[in-house]
Amino acid sequence: MHKVSFVVNGKNHELELDTRTTLLDALREHLHLTGTKKGCDHGQCGACTVIVDGRRINSCLTLAVMHEGDDITTVEGLGTPEHLHPMQAAFIKHDGYQCGYCTPGQICSAVAVLDEIKAGIPSHVSADLTARPPLTVSELRERMSGNICRCGAYSNIVDAIVEVAGGEA
Amino acid sequence: MKAFTYERAHSPAEAAAAAARINGAQFIAGGTNLLDLMKLEIETPAHLIDVNGLALNRIEATPEGGLRIGALVRNTDLAADERVRRDYGLLSRALLAGASGQLRNKATTAGNLLQRTRCPYFYDTNQPCNKRKPGSGCAAIEGFSRQHAVIGVSDACIATHPSDMAVAMMALDATVETVQPDGTTRNIPIADFYRLPGDTPDRETVLAPGELITAVTLPKPAGGTHIYHKVRDRASYAFALISVGAIVQRDGTGRVALGGVAHKPWRVAAAETEFPRGAKAVTERLLSSAKPTRENAFKLPLVERMLAAVLNEARG
Repeated sequence: MHKVSFVVNGKNHELELDTRTTLLDALREHLHLTGTKKGCDHGQCGACTVIVDGRRINSCLTLAVMHEGDDITTVEGLGTPEHLHPMQAAFIKHDGYQCGYCTPGQICSAVAVLDEIKAGIPSHVSADLTARPPLTVSELRERMSGNICRCGAYSNIVDAIVEVAGGEA
Repeated sequence: MKAFTYERAHSPAEAAAAAARINGAQFIAGGTNLLDLMKLEIETPAHLIDVNGLALNRIEATPEGGLRIGALVRNTDLAADERVRRDYGLLSRALLAGASGQLRNKATTAGNLLQRTRCPYFYDTNQPCNKRKPGSGCAAIEGFSRQHAVIGVSDACIATHPSDMAVAMMALDATVETVQPDGTTRNIPIADFYRLPGDTPDRETVLAPGELITAVTLPKPAGGTHIYHKVRDRASYAFALISVGAIVQRDGTGRVALGGVAHKPWRVAAAETEFPRGAKAVTERLLSSAKPTRENAFKLPLVERMLAAVLNEARG
């Protein structure tokens, strides 16, 4: 067992955990924040995506005890049913899901993707490495490739992200 | 996952000493590969030394005009660094061709170099694998070997090294800096860092037990046109069937390293003298000792065609 404390959605938590506990299991099983989903549990599907210190990561491939002092945002921290985050509202408007299981990960990832583009981080499809990356559909698709949707709602997911980004893509 | 104890390291030398002293100890940084393998009980460390708190996350200019990249610099930050994008485009391109945005945010420079093969027989604990369990045999050689190595292979192992970044590091003549358990440091040229499988495919690098990578250094920029091409089974987020990392100069000379063909990023000095004679001549020298299987022989003509495309692109 090992003690760790971190902030989740603005709230401090102190936990004493088996060292094997992933951040994903700490969120779901210990803090009962079940919005973050366990899909493959091996970093291949992106359903477990959360935002840690402003960056999206796979919560299944990191140990909770490695997050001492970190600031973690899950889908529950982005918005509430009464006050949806613009990305959540856009996913509803554009029907960016079918079964919904990958959706929390898709939404956390999409929010971080727009921040990454704003920060000028290039991608595999950026034609010019030294220029600011453009906000295009091909950029969004490449950057979202770590989030798998087996229902195949991809085109609606892209529409939702484009709307939040300002509709210029 | 097997149970393990956990500590946070306070200095690189202390971490290396602890790793050598404590039975079954391993370092953990990004954890994106190690935790995956621990869940499958392919890796079963008894003790984890978390090195994330060490101040090894900076990219600094060197007096020689190059860059010193801290071992903990995340793949995203390395690919996005302005100096890397401007002077070492090959490295940015290789990094961005690998993994997903989430994984690149976690994966570190040193961890990327040390990631294990994605050979499916290595991952399947019901199969024999000399890399996972020395002496148990290799299920890949007579198995589904389409993704496997075509050169530098042995009767014990035909696994490939999965890293895109390491291919760029090879073409860029990077140097790996380490600290050893006795506190001494050493610099290992990337060309000497990886081992071929031989009879001991479980030993992948020349690192000694407990030795910790602290940085990767790049020499001053080589100039030229930097190109990284990767062929894979889907458009994004997949390991390479073949990748070609090249730096081509205006006079037609250049360097090239290959991914997806061997147990390590593949570079042959003699092949680079053939650059002015074109892709066929370079490929013949690069892959002269190739021993493909029936399923992966397609990689040989694919390398030549990719290299031809790269040389064409470099000529503009």
